Amino acid sequence: MKLLIKIISFLGLGLNIIPAILVFGTYMSADTCKLLMLIGTVLWFGTAPSWMNKKDADPAGE
Amino acid sequence: MENRKSLVARLNAVNEYEQQAIPNNKLKGWRSFLGTYAGEHTAGTEFVIGPLFVAHGASAIDLVTGLILGNILAVLSWAFLTAKIAVKTRVTLYFLLEKIAGKRFTLIYNLVNAGLFCFLAGSMIAVAATAVGIPFDMTMPQLTDIYPNNVGWVTTVFAVGAVTTVIAMFGFDQVSKFAMVAAPWMIMVFIAAALAVLPRLGVTEVASFWSVAESTIWTGTPLEGQSKFGFWHILFFAWFCNMAMHIGMADLSLLRYAKKWQYGFSSATGVFLGHFIAWIASGILYSLFLIESEGSLTFAPGPIAYSAVGVAGAICVVIAGWTTANPTLYRAGLAIQSINPKWKTWKVTLFVGLFTTVAACFPALVMMLLEFVALYGLILMPVGAVIFIDVYLLERIGLQSNYAEGRGISLNWSVALTWLITLAFCLLLNLVVGIEIFFLGLPGWFVAVLVYVVSAKIIQRK
Repeated sequence: MKLLIKIISFLGLGLNIIPAILVFGTYMSADTCKLLMLIGTVLWFGTAPSWMNKKDADPAGE
Repeated sequence: MENRKSLVARLNAVNEYEQQAIPNNKLKGWRSFLGTYAGEHTAGTEFVIGPLFVAHGASAIDLVTGLILGNILAVLSWAFLTAKIAVKTRVTLYFLLEKIAGKRFTLIYNLVNAGLFCFLAGSMIAVAATAVGIPFDMTMPQLTDIYPNNVGWVTTVFAVGAVTTVIAMFGFDQVSKFAMVAAPWMIMVFIAAALAVLPRLGVTEVASFWSVAESTIWTGTPLEGQSKFGFWHILFFAWFCNMAMHIGMADLSLLRYAKKWQYGFSSATGVFLGHFIAWIASGILYSLFLIESEGSLTFAPGPIAYSAVGVAGAICVVIAGWTTANPTLYRAGLAIQSINPKWKTWKVTLFVGLFTTVAACFPALVMMLLEFVALYGLILMPVGAVIFIDVYLLERIGLQSNYAEGRGISLNWSVALTWLITLAFCLLLNLVVGIEIFFLGLPGWFVAVLVYVVSAKIIQRK
């Protein structure tokens, strides 16, 4: 379950950069890019807080 | 009522170790600092500073080389000056200063410090407000605006200020967690925004970027009424824009949680993502805005980011503002709270947040950000020089460190004189010799060191 959530998080992060690269290469329209980035933002903030701050509490942060 | 009680109890339980050394079990790993620095320095200010370099006519080559060297110097300052002292002492700047300079000096310093932090946090709240106001068709501020000039602006600023203050009231942990989650996403949005608008500037392949950067984005020609920025301006600005935090020692408050002094190098995430990539990205966005608006005076990061990448861009401006405003408000709260340790941190932060929000209503805070950031570092720098000498040198030359604590005095005049003489010297350099504010920090630091050593010798031998 944790792995799935992490995958969704990184998918969200990817949706925030890959569409822009495609716009730069003229493979995608700006409007599609904007929509995908919004979806990516929702995915990131919907999933990342559940795992990103967990490891900070233990000494493994070293 | 139950909820209210539990909220107050929770807020009262926030213990940030303001008046004691951090216990070993509360030290944080390097990841916490990577996230905090990346979040804090990929911030609302980046949406303003990058465009101002464009407005000041920085050339592409000066910008890139100046930023790289200036940022390296900043990281070295954080690691070798701030982090080493933070790990050695484990206390806040304010607590350490009280031992060295005495309660009366610390009281004045804390008030000045808190005021400056409030203005910085205020500018971030204002930047965030330019994005929050988009759906309400709010009238955006202009480059020449000084005072608030519409109700929509004031209302939006107050809404953003309220949320920022509530988050800061819950202390460092909450701020750190929020910054850590937002940081990777913000970097992506900054880069994405710049990439997505490059075709509108005529860049359709990587090879053509540099020629467009030189001819269209960073042309080397300042906008009308703006001074010209060269290599040295960029280098010193990149080094000293956070002078208060590293050379000025304000980041003792954060780095005292570090297990090792080497964690000071984690500031590299902040400066190279925020003060390099993000400044370049926001410069690209502003350059496009200037071209497409035919030189409009409107200066609003929210709509510029929204135009580039839509809602995600606008959200990025809001969150970027918060991640700087939050720790800055926290620091301001610590500064005020150290005046009277009995005051609860959250109550002080609430008061500071209100003051900051009022300041944020003035657009001048954003439009003159470069000058304010330089002034802010300069004012706090002499105290950092005092701490550096007190920790490393005084005992070696036969003088007493932590002099105020040792002698039981409330005002160590050698510190007060160092502060006043250094700032007077810098003012004279500026007014008489005409040296710009961005360059005053370096000679000022050496003057502060010299004055402190000499005045400590004279005063301690009396």
